[in-house]
Amino acid sequence: MGTLKSILVGSALLTFTSLQASAQVEIQWWHAMSGANGDRIVKIANDFNASQSEFKVVPSFKGSYADTMNAGIAAFRAGGAPHILQVFEVGTATMMAAKGAIKPVHQLMAETGEPFDSKSYLPAVTGYYSTSKGDMLSFPFNSSTVVMWVNKDALKKAGVDKIPATWPETFDAATKLRAAGFDKCGVSTGWVTWVNIENFSAWHNQSLSTKANGLDGFDTEIAFNKSAAVVKHFENLVKYQKDKIYDYAGRTNEGEGRFTSGECPLFLTSSAFYGNVKANAKFDYTAAPMPYYPDVAGAPQNSIIGGASLWVMSGKPAAEYKGVAKFMTYLSSPAVQAWWSQETGYLPITPAAYEYSKKQGFFDKVPAAEIAIKEITNKEPTQNSRGLRLGNLVQIRDIWAEEIEQALTGKKPVQAALDAAAERGNQVLRQFERTAK
Amino acid sequence: MEKRSYFAGKLLPYALLMPQLLVTIVFFYVPAGQAVYQSFLLQDAFGMSTQFVWLENYQLLLSDPGYYQAMTVTAVFSVAVTTLSLSAALLLAVQADKSLRGAGIYKTLLIWPYAVAPVVAGVLWLFMFQPSLGMVAGGLRRMGVDWNPYLNSGDALTLVVLAAAWKEVSYNFLFFLAGLQAIPKSLIEAAAIDGARPTRRFWTIIFPLLSPTAFYLLTVNIVYVFFDTFGIIHAVTHGGPAGATTTLVYKVFNDGRAGGDLGGSAAQSVILMAIVIALTAVQFRFIERKVNY
Repeated sequence: MGTLKSILVGSALLTFTSLQASAQVEIQWWHAMSGANGDRIVKIANDFNASQSEFKVVPSFKGSYADTMNAGIAAFRAGGAPHILQVFEVGTATMMAAKGAIKPVHQLMAETGEPFDSKSYLPAVTGYYSTSKGDMLSFPFNSSTVVMWVNKDALKKAGVDKIPATWPETFDAATKLRAAGFDKCGVSTGWVTWVNIENFSAWHNQSLSTKANGLDGFDTEIAFNKSAAVVKHFENLVKYQKDKIYDYAGRTNEGEGRFTSGECPLFLTSSAFYGNVKANAKFDYTAAPMPYYPDVAGAPQNSIIGGASLWVMSGKPAAEYKGVAKFMTYLSSPAVQAWWSQETGYLPITPAAYEYSKKQGFFDKVPAAEIAIKEITNKEPTQNSRGLRLGNLVQIRDIWAEEIEQALTGKKPVQAALDAAAERGNQVLRQFERTAK
Repeated sequence: MEKRSYFAGKLLPYALLMPQLLVTIVFFYVPAGQAVYQSFLLQDAFGMSTQFVWLENYQLLLSDPGYYQAMTVTAVFSVAVTTLSLSAALLLAVQADKSLRGAGIYKTLLIWPYAVAPVVAGVLWLFMFQPSLGMVAGGLRRMGVDWNPYLNSGDALTLVVLAAAWKEVSYNFLFFLAGLQAIPKSLIEAAAIDGARPTRRFWTIIFPLLSPTAFYLLTVNIVYVFFDTFGIIHAVTHGGPAGATTTLVYKVFNDGRAGGDLGGSAAQSVILMAIVIALTAVQFRFIERKVNY
C-alpha cells in the first residue's frame, strides 16, 4: 500500500510540476475574507502576479478567522503549512508563543534584503503585532476599530438633532428612539467583548489586565472587573436591556444586519462594516466615534484595533521567502493600501497610505471612513491602550460573553458576572502561560 | 448429518476478517488511543511544547462547573430530541401507512429532510427563527412573544431541539414505516374481529411488534444526538447564550479547536466515549430484554 501511494503521489507531483514548466515560485496565502473582501484579496494577488513574473501568490479562502487559524495550525502539525497565514488579532498571543512555527516579519525582511522600516507603519497598529523591543512579528494587513454607526434618518424621526458623543447622551437618544417606534432596539453592539470590554477599557484608559494588558508578559491578570467605569457601563447595559433601549445582538457580528435593516439605529461595531453598510443601508447613515463617559478622567483616550495580520510560517526555502518578502513590500505600497482601505473600511496601515487617500479627497467624500483613524490616533497610547495580548483569547472571549449574557438575562448581578469572567479568564491565562514556556 | 463448512488453518478466517478489523483499528482504536494519550498532555496549539501532566486535565475538568452544565444540557437535549423525533416519526408513519391517496408523495416528502446536512438544517431553522431576519420570529414578535434565542436560553434550546429533531424524523419515519409494513395484516384483522378498537390494536399489537425497530432507533438516536447534532448547534447558537446549548460534544470542539486546549478537549472526549459506551451497554442489557423480536 505504501509503494502504491508513493507512486500515485509521485506521478501526481510530476504532472503538476511539468504543468508548471515556467518555474514560477508559488506562494500559498490562506485567508479568511469572504464575500466582496474575498474578491478583493484575489484582485490583490492577481495584480501582484501581473506586476512581476518570478512569483505567484495563490490565495485560498479557509473559512472564518477561527477556521483559518485552525487550518493553519493543523497544516503545520501535518507538515504542510502555507507560506502566509492570516490570523485574527485575538490569535496573536498564540502565534507569538509558537516561536518555532513562525518566521518573524522583521527577520524575513532582513534575511531577504527587502527594504523595510517598521517605523513607516502606524504605531497604533504595529504595536499590536510587535515585541516589546519593537520588532514586527507579523504583517498588519486588515485592521479596524470600533465606531458607532448612526442611522441619521431615525435620529431625525426621534427628534435627536445631535449625534450622541457620550454614553449618557447615547442612552437618552436610544430612549427617544424607542418612543419614536424603534422599540426593538435603540442601541446595540456587535462583538460584545471587543466593543464593551476591550475597546471600552482602552477608550477610558482603564486597565483590562495587568502587565500592560499582557503586552509585557504572559503572567498577566485580568483587572477590568475592578474598574468602576466598566462595571458602571455594564450596569447600564443590563438596566437598558429590560426595555430594549439597549438590545444584545450576539457575540460576533451576527447582529450587524439589525443596523442595515433599520431595526437598530445606533450600532457599535467594526469600522470595516462600512462596505456592508454602503451596499445595504437604505437610509442616510454615518459613523461617529465611540461614546464615552465624561466623568471618567482622561476619556476618550484612544481605541485599539481588531482585524487580522499576516503571519509567515517557518521552514520554507529561501527562494520562496524572497517572494513572500516582495509581496509584503507590495502590500505596504501606498496605492495598494489606500485602495484596500477605501474599499473595505479597514485602516490604512501606513501614514503614507493615509496621506495618499487624503490627497485623493477620499475623506471629504466619505467622512465616516476617517473616524476610525482619528480614534486610533486620538492620544498617545498609554499602558492601558497600546493593545492587548492574552493567550487563548478566543476561549476567553467566549467565557466573558457567557458571563455578560448571564448578567443581561438577570441570572447574575453585574459585579458577580464580571468577577467570574475575570476569574475564569485567569484560569485560561495560567494554562496558556504554562504551555507558552 | 449436520452440514458445516470449516476452514483449515487459521490464515483464511483472519484474512477474511482483516478488512473489517483494519477499518476498526484505523478509524476507531488508533484515534481513541491517541485521544487517551493526548488527555494526559499539556500542549500548545502548534505542538511545540509538550508536558506530561498525568490526570491534571481530568481534575481541571471535573472541577469546572461549565462541564456539569454541559452534562445537564446534553441530558435535557437528548431526551427532548429523541422523544420528539421518535414520537413525531411514529405518528407520521402510522398515518402514512394507511391507504391514502398520494401516500407515495407524502412518504417521499417526509424522507427528504434526511438528505439535508446537519449544518444546513441548522441554517434553515435559523433563517426562520433569527430574531431580526426570520419570518417565523417576526410573526412571533408581532404576536407579542419576546423571541430572542441570542439571549434567552430557553428559546435557544428550543430552536436547536426543533432543528435536531426535525432532521432525524425522516430517518425514524423510514424505519417505523418499514416496521409497520412488516407486521402481518392477519394479526391486526384478527384483533379487529375480536372487537379491539384502533387505539387498543395499536398499543397491544402494533406497538409491541414495532419494539425491535423502536429499540434500534432509540440507540441510533442517542448516538445521533450525542455526536451529529454538533453541526446544528454550531450553525444556530455557537453553544450560547451562556452555555445554554453547549452539549458535551460541542464543548469538546470548542475547547479543543477554538480554545486550543487539546489536552482538556481530549480528556472530555475520553469521558464522552465512556458515557456513550455505558449508555449503549445499559440499553442492550436492560431495555433489550423488554423487546419482542
